[in-house]
Amino acid sequence: MSKVLVVTSGKGGVGKTTTTAALGAALAQGGQSVVVVDFDVGLRNLDLVMGAERRVVYDLINVVNGDAKLPQALIRDKRLDTLHLLPASQTRDKDALTDAGVARVMEELREKFDWVICDSPAGIERGATLAMRHADVAVVVTNPEVSSVRDSDRIIGLLDAKTLRAEKGESMEKHLILTRYDPNRADRGDMLKTEDVLEILSIPLLAIIPESQEVLRASNVGCPVTLNNPLCAPARAYSDAARRLKGETIAMSVPSERRSFLDKLFLRRAA
Amino acid sequence: MAVTKPLTDTAPLAFRGRAFKALALAPRGPLPEWLAGLDAALARSPTLLDGRALILDVAECKPDGEALAALMADLAGRGIRVLGIEGAEPGLAAESLPPFLLAGRPVPNLDVVPVPEKPSPKSLTIEGSIRSGRSVVHHEGDVTVMGSVSSGAEVLAGGSIHVYGALRGRAIAGAARNPRARIYCRKFEPELLGIDRLVRTAEDLNPTLRGKPAQIWLDGGALRIAGLD
Repeated sequence: MSKVLVVTSGKGGVGKTTTTAALGAALAQGGQSVVVVDFDVGLRNLDLVMGAERRVVYDLINVVNGDAKLPQALIRDKRLDTLHLLPASQTRDKDALTDAGVARVMEELREKFDWVICDSPAGIERGATLAMRHADVAVVVTNPEVSSVRDSDRIIGLLDAKTLRAEKGESMEKHLILTRYDPNRADRGDMLKTEDVLEILSIPLLAIIPESQEVLRASNVGCPVTLNNPLCAPARAYSDAARRLKGETIAMSVPSERRSFLDKLFLRRAA
Repeated sequence: MAVTKPLTDTAPLAFRGRAFKALALAPRGPLPEWLAGLDAALARSPTLLDGRALILDVAECKPDGEALAALMADLAGRGIRVLGIEGAEPGLAAESLPPFLLAGRPVPNLDVVPVPEKPSPKSLTIEGSIRSGRSVVHHEGDVTVMGSVSSGAEVLAGGSIHVYGALRGRAIAGAARNPRARIYCRKFEPELLGIDRLVRTAEDLNPTLRGKPAQIWLDGGALRIAGLD
């Protein structure tokens, strides 16, 4: 049973691409075959975060237009055999995506992989609506701040109206990933509280990803954070999220890096 | 000693008088057209004849026995029951017809209040929440939202608006020029409120009710907001 998952948010810069790469790698580490698809045509980033930017020959637009076959465009990850990337085109724009072409590519990907993870562009226009159109599950990425929450609310409305599942009258599974969560700022009350975000969006929480230098470090070296340093707090949060997506029940905790020296020592040993 | 009441002691039969203003239906001109006019009036205000004493005045159309029976059947088919018939030939009286009445006196026309010609109010219930960016416009009546109205969403209703969750977006009630419409919500955090063309933004709202259950109504050209607790 393959699943199409869209990672979306409405607002830009909240961590969609980071989340796509991290979830993709975490699911692939569990042995399932995964493809991450970059829908941000014209502003592609996923290839950089995956460290595959120098291996791109064909892209999503080529496959949609029939200029290339899907296996020609798929890039297999060097670290994980089960992880694949379908990059976006940097030279075209979102109008190059056709409804029928995207539907055909998604169908083909469904046959090949256990998980098809679509990295949605920011906004609510063509790129974003096409990325969510064929999804079975949605992961909404939100920062704990009002602008991001309101944009996510809008996106959830679109998920319930514009997707194929919604149009068929079926329910759309939606999960929230709260990124860039800063426990210190939350303690000071400088940030929206998790409960407030959940009350406004009223969809189940999949994970809370703490603000961390590790995320930046991982994307700079072109490696999903869950592969780059599997023990850091954001990587553990993403790994838990991936296991919850597979249906496992794991207690929700806010991973923190404010650990004492002894804790650190203990964790190193345990690893 | 037992006092028994004689059985024959009956109370004297009393006839009490009672006057109703009867509504006289007086068919005039060609009957089909008159019936069509009646149908149109009933369509506009279905309760027009409810609870009225109805008299059929046939002095003008002078039907024969067959035509009178047909007219009665036409009226019965519309659910109209007639108390008595006035102005008919006494020879036409029959078992199947209401009694023939005499000595009716004309009175000024009854004030039949015409119901304004507008569609009957229908309420709209929305299960769940209205997400940001969605606009619900319902000019015909009340809107009830079982969930919340998110920031950036809007509800516009001809009647009142009821929000059983948090009201964080815009709510405009009484859009069909209805100053008696109200807005009710369980959690008062709106961006904009409006009733009957009078609008207020969050900036001008008293912050003390924020997050509490509240109702908003129009009082002499001013929006009033009060807590529901």
